[in-house]
Amino acid sequence: MSPEFLYTIEVIINGLMTGVMYALVALGFVLIFKSSGIFNYAQGVMALFAAMTLVGFQTGQIPFSHLINAVLGTSVHHFGWHIPSFVAILMTLLVMIAFAWLVERYVLSHLVNQEPIILFMATIGLAYFMEGFGDLMWGADIKKLDVGIPSGGSLWIEDLTIKWAAEGTTFYGWYIDKLDITAAIVAIILVITLTLFSQYTATGRALRAVADDHQAALSVGISLRAIWVIVWSIAGAVALVAGIMWGAKSGVQFSLSLIALKALPVLMLGGFTSIPGAIVGGLIIGVGEKLFEYSIGPMIGGATENWFAYVLALVFLVFRPQGLFGDRIIERV
Amino acid sequence: MSESQLAAADTTPDGRPLGGTLMEMKNITLRFGGVVAIKDISFDIREGEIRAIIGPNGAGKSSMLNVINGFYHPQEGEIWYRGARRKAMKPYQIAKLGIARTFQNIALFKGMSTLDNIMTGRFTHMNASLFSQILWHGKAAREENENREKVERIIDFLEIQSIRKTPVGRLPYGLQKRVELGRALVAEPSLLLLDEPMAGMNVEEKEDMSRFILDVNEEFGTTIALIEHDMGVVMDISDRVVVLDYGRKIGDGTPDEVRGNQAVIDAYLGVPHDD
Repeated sequence: MSPEFLYTIEVIINGLMTGVMYALVALGFVLIFKSSGIFNYAQGVMALFAAMTLVGFQTGQIPFSHLINAVLGTSVHHFGWHIPSFVAILMTLLVMIAFAWLVERYVLSHLVNQEPIILFMATIGLAYFMEGFGDLMWGADIKKLDVGIPSGGSLWIEDLTIKWAAEGTTFYGWYIDKLDITAAIVAIILVITLTLFSQYTATGRALRAVADDHQAALSVGISLRAIWVIVWSIAGAVALVAGIMWGAKSGVQFSLSLIALKALPVLMLGGFTSIPGAIVGGLIIGVGEKLFEYSIGPMIGGATENWFAYVLALVFLVFRPQGLFGDRIIERV
Repeated sequence: MSESQLAAADTTPDGRPLGGTLMEMKNITLRFGGVVAIKDISFDIREGEIRAIIGPNGAGKSSMLNVINGFYHPQEGEIWYRGARRKAMKPYQIAKLGIARTFQNIALFKGMSTLDNIMTGRFTHMNASLFSQILWHGKAAREENENREKVERIIDFLEIQSIRKTPVGRLPYGLQKRVELGRALVAEPSLLLLDEPMAGMNVEEKEDMSRFILDVNEEFGTTIALIEHDMGVVMDISDRVVVLDYGRKIGDGTPDEVRGNQAVIDAYLGVPHDD
């Protein structure tokens, strides 16, 4: 096979891997939007907060140590222990569930039957609150997240693919990051679990029921508030997974919360109400921007990855506003 | 009066046994701001009967049903259910008490299949922990199968086997109404509320629905309270009828008694009101 062909395949594979990472973030948005009609602006900050909390627990950081030191004049910062990754992840999950409960109890329950724009504003407030709260709790410094996920290029794939090139050509094999492979596997497991859960369990059906019709859901005995706590908990768990993957890839810092912006074009492509849509949308954006950068990028000066996704989303907004898989909105006049 | 006569008798006009009082509404008043939707209405529902609530448009029938299932909370009055006063509750808590309902403008879960829609009706009977559900282990799996059997029985009963897997949004109107009845029925309610079960149906569909309502009442012994506009149907299937007009009760009794009631005739013929 010619090296050009192999390079193209490599670009596509790497695009798919990046796409999976985008899809992970978009998934959190879809879950909440579907069941409660809220566009959760705080989803990205939730991922950042989850990652910060995880690092904090792992390294035995004392929460609010800056605040404690400032008030009491002490200089504490660490407990001096390390918690194994697995335990720290479970602890963080509990924190995200507690967070979901607090959001329902103190924010959403006061805004029942409000306009979507008001709920959206509330989530913006929530995002800024969480961002500040996370900094206060764990400090604003850039942290390294290491939960033992392998990283770096997979030598096995490199060795395997290097032989595929035709004789006498220069080809160094595919560079595929082990972290990306892990992320893809985790994302696939997550999506399968979520799909099975929503199809074959009582609570899963209740989630879909609430997404369809609130009154009817109430009439069969489903408590909307309980469902919202569950949905936000799941979104928190998805944020944790996204936070771990993105945090391990590029460090835990403020810019992590901005990956939420990349989820927007993914949602416009996939539709705000479809879980498969979030996945396919993520993959299309991932592959699209990598291929575009590889093929057209050099002609127009590169750095196309920054804007390609948004332009693609704009094109979709013009020709198919409901996305690939979203519900078409038909209003009767 | 006729009401007390019937309460004393222990059979319906067609000879079926009647149980004790299942629900009693005492002096219910419901206001929306300055508008009085229901004014000082009292009536009872007895175990095993088919109780119709009728009246012209805007009489407060749907409001009354919404009061019974907890969507609305009356400002005044008491609701007694199974011999105890019911405090103000959320609709989902009332569903747990065994009160199921259908809606005037079909409220199904459009994206879900017939089977899944009816399965949601079993929600109050499924209490495996979330953890057990996530692991699909032990209680959750067992419950899913047991409840699935009940759902299949209702599907057979309503003769909708052929549309089990169809998303309900694609079904014709009459079948959607039937699926909605199935979802309410599968909860094995003590009280089944039907809000215009035959609205918008053709003659044949109405006949089917009447038959199902009567069968439900006979086979499962379910107490039914229904709102319906089609007088022929109401008079045919109900044991007792309460008539509302402008939020007030103007008649209560067997279909024959109500038919002869002058206030009821006036309300339907549109005799001007004093107030």
